[in-house]
Amino acid sequence: MSGDPGRPAPPYVIEGVGLSQSFGHTRALTDVSLAIQPGECLGLVGRNGAGKSTVVSILSGLRRPDTGVVRLGGEPAPPVGDPAAWRRRVATVHQHSMLVPTLTVAENMYLDRQPRRTGLGRVLPGPLHWSAMRTGAAEVLREWGVDVDVTAPAGAISVEQRQIVEIARALSTGTRCLILDEPTAALERAGVRRLFGRLRPLLAQGVGILYISHHLEEVYEICDRVTVLRDGRHVRTGAVGGIGQDELVTAMVGPEDPLAGTTTIDAAPTPDPDAAPVLAVRHLTAADARGSLTDVSLVVRPGECVGVLGLAGSGTTTLADAVAGLVRPTAGAVLVAGVPLPAGRPDVALRHGIGYVPEDRHARGYVPMLGVGDNITMTITDRLTRYGVLSPRRHLAAARRLAERLGVVSAGTAQPVVELSGGNQQKVVVGRALARDPRVVVAVAPTQGVDVASKRALLGALDEVRGAGAGVLLVSDDLADLAIANRIVVLVRGRTFAEFVEPPWDREALIAASEGLGARDDDPPGTGITGGDTAAGDTTSGSTASGGGMGGTTGASAAGGTTGASAAGGTTGDSAAGGTTGDSAARGGTDEGGAAQ
Amino acid sequence: MTNTSLEPVVAAGWTRRRGAAVSLVQQFALIPVIVVLCVVGAFVSDSFLTLANFTNVGQQVSALGVVVVAETLILVTGSMDLSLQSNYGLSAMVAAWLVAPVAQFGLGVELNPLLGLAAGIVVGGLIGAFNGTLIVKAKINGFILTLAMYILLAGVQTGIVSGHTIYHLPKAFIALGAFYFADLPVSVWVAAAVFVAAGLYLRYTRTGRALYAIGGNREAARAAGIKVDRIRIGVFVVGGALAALGGLMEAGRVVAVTANQGTNLIFTVFAAAVIGGVSLNGGRGNMLGAATGVVLLGLVQNILALAQVQSYWIDAVDGAVILVALALSRVVGGERSTE
Repeated sequence: MSGDPGRPAPPYVIEGVGLSQSFGHTRALTDVSLAIQPGECLGLVGRNGAGKSTVVSILSGLRRPDTGVVRLGGEPAPPVGDPAAWRRRVATVHQHSMLVPTLTVAENMYLDRQPRRTGLGRVLPGPLHWSAMRTGAAEVLREWGVDVDVTAPAGAISVEQRQIVEIARALSTGTRCLILDEPTAALERAGVRRLFGRLRPLLAQGVGILYISHHLEEVYEICDRVTVLRDGRHVRTGAVGGIGQDELVTAMVGPEDPLAGTTTIDAAPTPDPDAAPVLAVRHLTAADARGSLTDVSLVVRPGECVGVLGLAGSGTTTLADAVAGLVRPTAGAVLVAGVPLPAGRPDVALRHGIGYVPEDRHARGYVPMLGVGDNITMTITDRLTRYGVLSPRRHLAAARRLAERLGVVSAGTAQPVVELSGGNQQKVVVGRALARDPRVVVAVAPTQGVDVASKRALLGALDEVRGAGAGVLLVSDDLADLAIANRIVVLVRGRTFAEFVEPPWDREALIAASEGLGARDDDPPGTGITGGDTAAGDTTSGSTASGGGMGGTTGASAAGGTTGASAAGGTTGDSAAGGTTGDSAARGGTDEGGAAQ
Repeated sequence: MTNTSLEPVVAAGWTRRRGAAVSLVQQFALIPVIVVLCVVGAFVSDSFLTLANFTNVGQQVSALGVVVVAETLILVTGSMDLSLQSNYGLSAMVAAWLVAPVAQFGLGVELNPLLGLAAGIVVGGLIGAFNGTLIVKAKINGFILTLAMYILLAGVQTGIVSGHTIYHLPKAFIALGAFYFADLPVSVWVAAAVFVAAGLYLRYTRTGRALYAIGGNREAARAAGIKVDRIRIGVFVVGGALAALGGLMEAGRVVAVTANQGTNLIFTVFAAAVIGGVSLNGGRGNMLGAATGVVLLGLVQNILALAQVQSYWIDAVDGAVILVALALSRVVGGERSTE
């Protein structure tokens, strides 16, 4: 079953044979074939630009391939111009939300097929049956275990809820084929687990799933087989059990890739525990729709990377926004090198040396139609002027230097950022944050939705900044990102819940802590930070949990124990030995990190 | 990692039915403003709170209202049409031109008045079809295209009658604007019917809902099987025809078609729509809101006239009131400049 999926076989729920597609001079897809049996989950992996999105648009009927055919259940697919017919056969959940944010959840469930009251046949169809729509939507969503107000606008519910609404809607037409295009990109871990919990019964019922993801660990978890694309070509297909992670990454990246095997994250050098912090957050309290903060304190020392981990809504992004001056805290202070920043002033934060990588690069990271050069130098235009006039020569030089430093692949600094791949867009965003040589870089999910090689380059850039003596506050849900951290602070419901002070990180312990396991909810952790600092100083304990509620269940103490070798190395601050072990151990735990080989 | 239990995902920050409650508040946000205006009006003039005056206001705003319906439909789909005002003028002019004798600057065919009215509406629809096709199929920026059409159509309107005004229109032609039915002007009945029909259409038909889907997320609408291009063009056609209807109502009210009928109307149209909660970004707005916007602006005009504000100052006061109304509707959750 693993070899040639192109052979015609009636039971395939969906089958693409010899698909090729060109856009202008670019060959997006060359002779790619894949097929999915009932009850099977096929993973589709590849770097950004490998052709995954093109496959999705062809298999979901949005695009006609130049050559090749698509068969559904053994029959030829409907014509591309008939979206309704496609929708009855293939359920697709696209990478970008296909809900209408201004319409209610209920109406989105029934978009263009709303129930109607009895009318006068085709001449005068009955009016839309709103209450039936609400009841029906509520019922379907209850079956999916989502407790959501169906009368709320779709734009007002959480990302995870939106996702489930989309899947539920897609499957409510009774289709047997589900395409999920990076469904977990915006989900936190628990959400991913819940999603898989919902997919497994579908597979058991014989639904075939095409699963596209950057997270290889998820592919191993949910998929039966995996197909690798590279540069628009089919590289290999096989049962997930038969392909090791290293093999998979090699297949994705390709042997000739200049980035393969280089730039592994160096051992995190232990920062000087006595150095004055470059960033101090004191008793920060803030209210925000994406998660509030209550009395959070932490410090980042020169050359230190502090990871911040937490579920969606736990306040991690609010913390980052407050430091960057984008959220005005109600209490507490943010100090850069001892100087308090005025609340809610991103411009002042920038001048004081805060470099910011926002969570949603599409919304806040770059100006789509502006060129790479204009975007990447956006934070330093004041330095590129002469008598108040922008100097084109200096501007170009600065843009080139930054683009080179981050390894942005573009047709030139004038190319609009919107035309770049996701990974290169993110490099521009990070480049913009690093342009002013910040004292502190605040990065939120800096590698979200980018391919393996870009991920490595981005983390390498942050690591380099840290190596040069700046502080890094790294907010991420991706444990592979946190591999470069010196310490990890875990937030639960807006409060500091636990702090892990020594790599390597125990993945299970981190996840358990972020879900608030091991301590009472209403137990204010107080100033656990100071404890963490001390611990960081003597580097003897594997982790400390503020609030003192973390028992052995969290595995926090086991974190040190399981990797005794590195702990031994770490005690003396022998960063090379300790760090390297930590690095690889962390990667062993997270499949994404494994990409770094 | 093998947890298969379906834990409920708790709605973040959204309590039950809060969505419905919020939209209800927005819906009636302008009612207090209208009440305040009525109180002010009552102080300004004794004749304000009379049936005759309200009938007068209704007659004055009915043509505007029909154009606001047209613009609202187009705005909901995420487009805009600036040329509606010139369409409003030109379609009425063409109709009158076909009906009037040569001595009255007509073409000379002296068409039956009812056919003339129909011709006016067809012309409006055709102009809409032209705009819609170029915007949707040729992907020309709607703002610039309809701005060009706005200038072009107004020029044609002046050109075909060499800048003259067509008076002495036949009775059947002016019935829409000048006649009464059951103690109310026909134009008020027509405008009310248009508002109700458009409101029911938007609320209770699949294509009506498709307008919102297209304006809210065009790709999602397409993926849901909605025939996006066809509907977008259709909305321009209907919008054009409604603008023409509005123009014919106005022609009936003033019993003439001037070479500059419609001038500056579009700004009031946009103001009424936006005050009424219609989003310029598409996907949001309804007929009840649009109607309140129209009534509010009509009352302001009426009070300014009754208060005998110096005519030089009327525009300034009018603009200030629109500004205040916009600010108020923003406070209660209407249009935002960025989203």
